[in-house]
Amino acid sequence: MHRIDQRFVELRRAGRKALCVYLCVGDPSLEASGFLALEAIDAGADILELGVPFSDPTADGPTLARAAERAIAAGATLERVLEVASRIRARSEAPLVLFTYYNPVLVVGEAKVARLAREAGVDALLVVDLPPEEAGPLRAVCAAEGLGVVPLVSPTSHAARVEAIRHASMPLDGAPRAFVYSISMTGVTGASPSDLAAAARDAEAMRRAFDRPVLLGFGIDSGASARLAAGEASGGADGVVVGTALARRIEQAASGDEQRRAVRAFVSELRRALDEPA
Amino acid sequence: MLGAGYFGQFGGRFVAETLVPALEELDRARQEILPTPAFQAELHELLRSYVGRPTPLTEAKRLARRIDPDGGAIAELLLKREDLCHTGAHKINNALGQLLLAKAMGKTRIIAETGAGQHGVATATAAALLGLPCEVYQGALDMERQAPNVARMRLLGARVVPVESGSRTLKDAMNEALRDWVTNVRTTYYCVGSAAGPHPYPTLVASLQRIIGDEARASCIDRGALPDVVIACVGGGSNAIGIFKAFEGDASVSLYGVEAAGLGIDTDKHAATLSRGRIGVLHGAKSYVLCDDAGQVTEAHSVSAGLDYPGVGPEHARLRDTGRATYVSATDTEALDAALEVARAEGIVVALETAHAFAAIGAIARREAEARGRPARILVCLSGRGDKDLDTITAYGGGK
Repeated sequence: MHRIDQRFVELRRAGRKALCVYLCVGDPSLEASGFLALEAIDAGADILELGVPFSDPTADGPTLARAAERAIAAGATLERVLEVASRIRARSEAPLVLFTYYNPVLVVGEAKVARLAREAGVDALLVVDLPPEEAGPLRAVCAAEGLGVVPLVSPTSHAARVEAIRHASMPLDGAPRAFVYSISMTGVTGASPSDLAAAARDAEAMRRAFDRPVLLGFGIDSGASARLAAGEASGGADGVVVGTALARRIEQAASGDEQRRAVRAFVSELRRALDEPA
Repeated sequence: MLGAGYFGQFGGRFVAETLVPALEELDRARQEILPTPAFQAELHELLRSYVGRPTPLTEAKRLARRIDPDGGAIAELLLKREDLCHTGAHKINNALGQLLLAKAMGKTRIIAETGAGQHGVATATAAALLGLPCEVYQGALDMERQAPNVARMRLLGARVVPVESGSRTLKDAMNEALRDWVTNVRTTYYCVGSAAGPHPYPTLVASLQRIIGDEARASCIDRGALPDVVIACVGGGSNAIGIFKAFEGDASVSLYGVEAAGLGIDTDKHAATLSRGRIGVLHGAKSYVLCDDAGQVTEAHSVSAGLDYPGVGPEHARLRDTGRATYVSATDTEALDAALEVARAEGIVVALETAHAFAAIGAIARREAEARGRPARILVCLSGRGDKDLDTITAYGGGK
């Protein structure tokens, strides 16, 4: 079984919600991101999203846009992010999702990115501005390397749209089932939390529609909101994704040591909140 | 299989999932509302009585002789006068059409991006006319260099939002408009200003701008002949696609787009996307893009804020690759010189965007005359007037 699917089976068996942590790789440096990722895994993150910084991050709010600017200035590119992924993989079996905008993938080359991602130990790609209608070629080359492409659903995805996404994102032979990323609200990353309890109920409906694990992201910035977003033990989302709130702590920390402590403390807080009985 | 809205391999819809249903809704409105007789009648009445269409063709005899003193290259030089539209540029054709559509769709708030401010002014104008609240995103650098248009937008009741990120120009304004749209997508209509962006914008904008070419073609036929050559400046490419569309099927007519070469296309300070870009995705469409080997979009440069953009509309990418249109470029200095030349020869102060098209007339005319063995009849899209650029043009031309 694919590593990422195995992780969801284990979580379900243990009755736990998945904690997925997003890191903008290269912020503050490529080397530091590798350490911070391992720190997050050690503190209880189940899955890591490794963000490729992009010059024009239209789905991101100011915090992650600033993180991307710093990461680009520090020399982060898609290929260097994958080098960081392989260093993480050498030390951990946590599932890794490469989170990127499409232009770096297109310019480097879809087949080359899929091959490099597989070699680096990545499990799936999430391309935020690549709707399933445009994702056919990437899904094919990823499946050939044993990688998934994570589909997204949004509060604006009406029933017919959900069906279209489901149909266009069925796991191909060789690819993991991975998960569905459910966006909790209309907005960019880091916006104020919306009605997360309602989003958790929507996520449950998505899980039934897709018959795949659903992770809820956007607007989750504390243990309490993670708990709310994850919903009931037997229902709700299968887990949550946290990005901006972590990037903000990294941004505000004064030193490398402080960044590591901040990541550990925050990921631990999220982990505890998710593991509390509902 | 390719998704919706492709021009050859270019175009498509590369956006966050949240926006896909809104683009589908817009595409339905484009197909179901836009073509109806009632909508067309309302739009054309406003274009006539409010915008001042049809715009005339002006023959530029003095300019022709200055560019081509012996008459060997230019038989006739005709200017399609979009500068005479209300608000001073072709942008109003698109803004008015889109905002009428927004109203018919029940949208209650308008947003737009702007570079030079002409699209911002046009959108603010249409919003005022139709009673819709309007916010315009503009790069902070562009707000400085196009200050008169900022004042006009505010006077028209629009809120102008400065964008401080990135290069503080058009690209960054479009990023910020997309962020607003993804946040307020249920109530808000995003009025894209160029024939760029995700499907259906390139098709929608081209369909609203082709009136430029349809009128110009009819006027040329009234005068006795089609032009041999059509020339337009290209940033995102809306005035160019608007005039090209009508002549695309006329095999005898050569189409030329003129991009901004900034300090020169062999420097790193230019906006010549079709000349020097590579295939990429920016702002929702696959087209040519100025970006590095890692896929990071690079900052464009042009003296003209409206051309200072590292992308280009996908239909131009196809016209370039099929060879149906030819894309050349003009530098900042060549454009400024052309603006001075047109002012003194014809008494028309053209926008710096438009000045790029004028800067290329001589070289294109000589090339076409040689190929045809006779002087060429040339039609230039005079896309906008240059009042907004007076500071830049006079600072440059003060000693000339």
